[in-house]
Amino acid sequence: MKYGMLAEFANPADLMHAAEKIRDGGFRRWDVFSPYPIHGMNQAMGLKNSKVGWFGFIGGCTGYTTGMIMIWWMNALDYPIAVGGKPMFSPFAAFPPSYELTILFTAFGSIFGMLLLNRLPRLHHPLLKNKRFARATHDGFFLVIETTDPKYSETETRKLLETTGSQHIEVIEE
Amino acid sequence: MAANVANKPVLANPPAELERVPLVENNRSIGWISDAVSRIVEDKTPKWWWAAFVPSFIFMTILLTMLAYQISTGVGVWGNHAPEMWGWDIINFVWWIGIGHAGTLISAILFLLRQRWRTGVNRAAEAMTIFAVMCAGIFPAIHVGRVWYDWWLFPIPNPYNVWPQFRSPLMWDVFAVSTYFTVSVLFWYIGLVPDLAVIRDRAKTRLRKILYGIPALGWNGSNRHWNNYEKCYLILAGVSTPLVLSVHSIVSLDFAVSQLPGWHTTIFPPYFVAGAIFSGFGMVLTLLLPLRKLMKLEDIITMRHVDLMCKVTLATGSIVGYAYCMEFFIAWYSGNPYEKFTFWNRAFGPFGWSYFTMMTCNVLVPQLFWMKRFRTNLVAVFILSILVNIGMWFERFVIVVTSLHRDFLPSSWGYYKPTPVDILTFLGTFGLFFTMFLLFLRFLPMIAVSEVKGVTPQADPHHPLGGAKGGHH
Repeated sequence: MKYGMLAEFANPADLMHAAEKIRDGGFRRWDVFSPYPIHGMNQAMGLKNSKVGWFGFIGGCTGYTTGMIMIWWMNALDYPIAVGGKPMFSPFAAFPPSYELTILFTAFGSIFGMLLLNRLPRLHHPLLKNKRFARATHDGFFLVIETTDPKYSETETRKLLETTGSQHIEVIEE
Repeated sequence: MAANVANKPVLANPPAELERVPLVENNRSIGWISDAVSRIVEDKTPKWWWAAFVPSFIFMTILLTMLAYQISTGVGVWGNHAPEMWGWDIINFVWWIGIGHAGTLISAILFLLRQRWRTGVNRAAEAMTIFAVMCAGIFPAIHVGRVWYDWWLFPIPNPYNVWPQFRSPLMWDVFAVSTYFTVSVLFWYIGLVPDLAVIRDRAKTRLRKILYGIPALGWNGSNRHWNNYEKCYLILAGVSTPLVLSVHSIVSLDFAVSQLPGWHTTIFPPYFVAGAIFSGFGMVLTLLLPLRKLMKLEDIITMRHVDLMCKVTLATGSIVGYAYCMEFFIAWYSGNPYEKFTFWNRAFGPFGWSYFTMMTCNVLVPQLFWMKRFRTNLVAVFILSILVNIGMWFERFVIVVTSLHRDFLPSSWGYYKPTPVDILTFLGTFGLFFTMFLLFLRFLPMIAVSEVKGVTPQADPHHPLGGAKGGHH
């Protein structure tokens, strides 16, 4: 079983030009790999804005309502305690803890959203077994087209990648 | 028109004196950055590390001994006596938590402001934040006396069916500090994930690969992942900014919401936040100046970084100085005799020595950073950064002790003295802090490798060093 075709590039500019070519070629199951996020690569790959923001937003709304409802229920309903003639529930006194919970839940929401969208953690991956690919976290720039892509073909895809100026092309086993 | 655009004169390179100093010096390659940082984690433990670790560990043991003694005996072993019901415990809490604020400022606020120099120092500063908050958290937890009831602070059902009282700023503080700790750890960890993958991919042994591989979550540098990761990082920075501003504001409300002259003032929240960042930058400088030398990271933590951090210290120190003056002015302008007495007593009463220590270290000393001579002299910066730390500790001492020691009735006036237990507990927290920090240096990448790579010209696909041939886009 083959996972995909790996092409290595010398620098971020070459990788970006290659990505533009693959994007324009209409491929869908492919990705580029770099030791740091390359500025402008999302456009070069034709990626849409990340959806992580929605997870954070929903987390934040949950946090704020949780805080307000919790404090109202605890201090005004379930066990009211009179303190200094203050109202049993006031949104102003309840604001600081609710504000903190907004932030806490936003952080958790966006982190879990990010992990969910990235399908992480995934400790076993065909690419991680490849010796050369280990440089993707060091100083290597890679592009991988998966065999499951409808446009993938052993010969045609290799030819296309050769025209992008890749230094090294190999097929990755599953 | 098209011809017109083409004929537009090419902008000349800026003159040499306006050229920005590069963030990574000596034109280092991308690979050099991971080598230089991973080396610290991979090489044999250096001798200086043990020389620092052993005393830190001993001090941490002293802390544990003092805590055991205090918990088994009671808070009477401290110098806190009426009218001084708050002493070193709260001073140390506020001081340590303030130290942490610089880490979040560097990691979150400077990220939002696109200050790219933050990448060289943010990881170590964030680690400092986490360990400082750990040290801070000890004090409120133990000063309640019966530590085994600490869980009553949280909204957990208990046998009496009574809930925490959320109108008290002390409850707000519980939420602020615990959220601050959690979000700081999350932010730090998310930043670490790609760098743990760096160490994993360099690992020579299988055990190392597994130990670093599991927390690296299978990160492989995919751009589809980076896309979501960067958004997540941006949101974390976006929420950490209001978080860090709220934490010390809420800490200040512990004081400001009370009716006590010297505490009951609206200037406290911004003044506490500025002071926190001021003291935190002092600590970042104290830690990083020796480290960049010992770990040969002068190309990543450059003189420009030191210079910029000195300038932040100067700016926040001046804000703090302004707040001190404004407090005095308001004490007089309010016409409140108790307020006036408290402030006069602060400067010229029995604790005047602490007030003038604070004024010297926090207001006068950082003014030296106006001069380039001081910002570029590392020995001077190191000494001044320690003075800043001392000054900020005295600020908290002044706020807590001088406001309390002369109550409304002269019959309940007193003089506060710490006991050896107070002093040893405080020194012990340094043991805890440095033990944790040294373990961090030894086992985790102390520089944000992937972020530093991203700010080099070699990393920019539109820069000739990044392979750009010109004319594209």
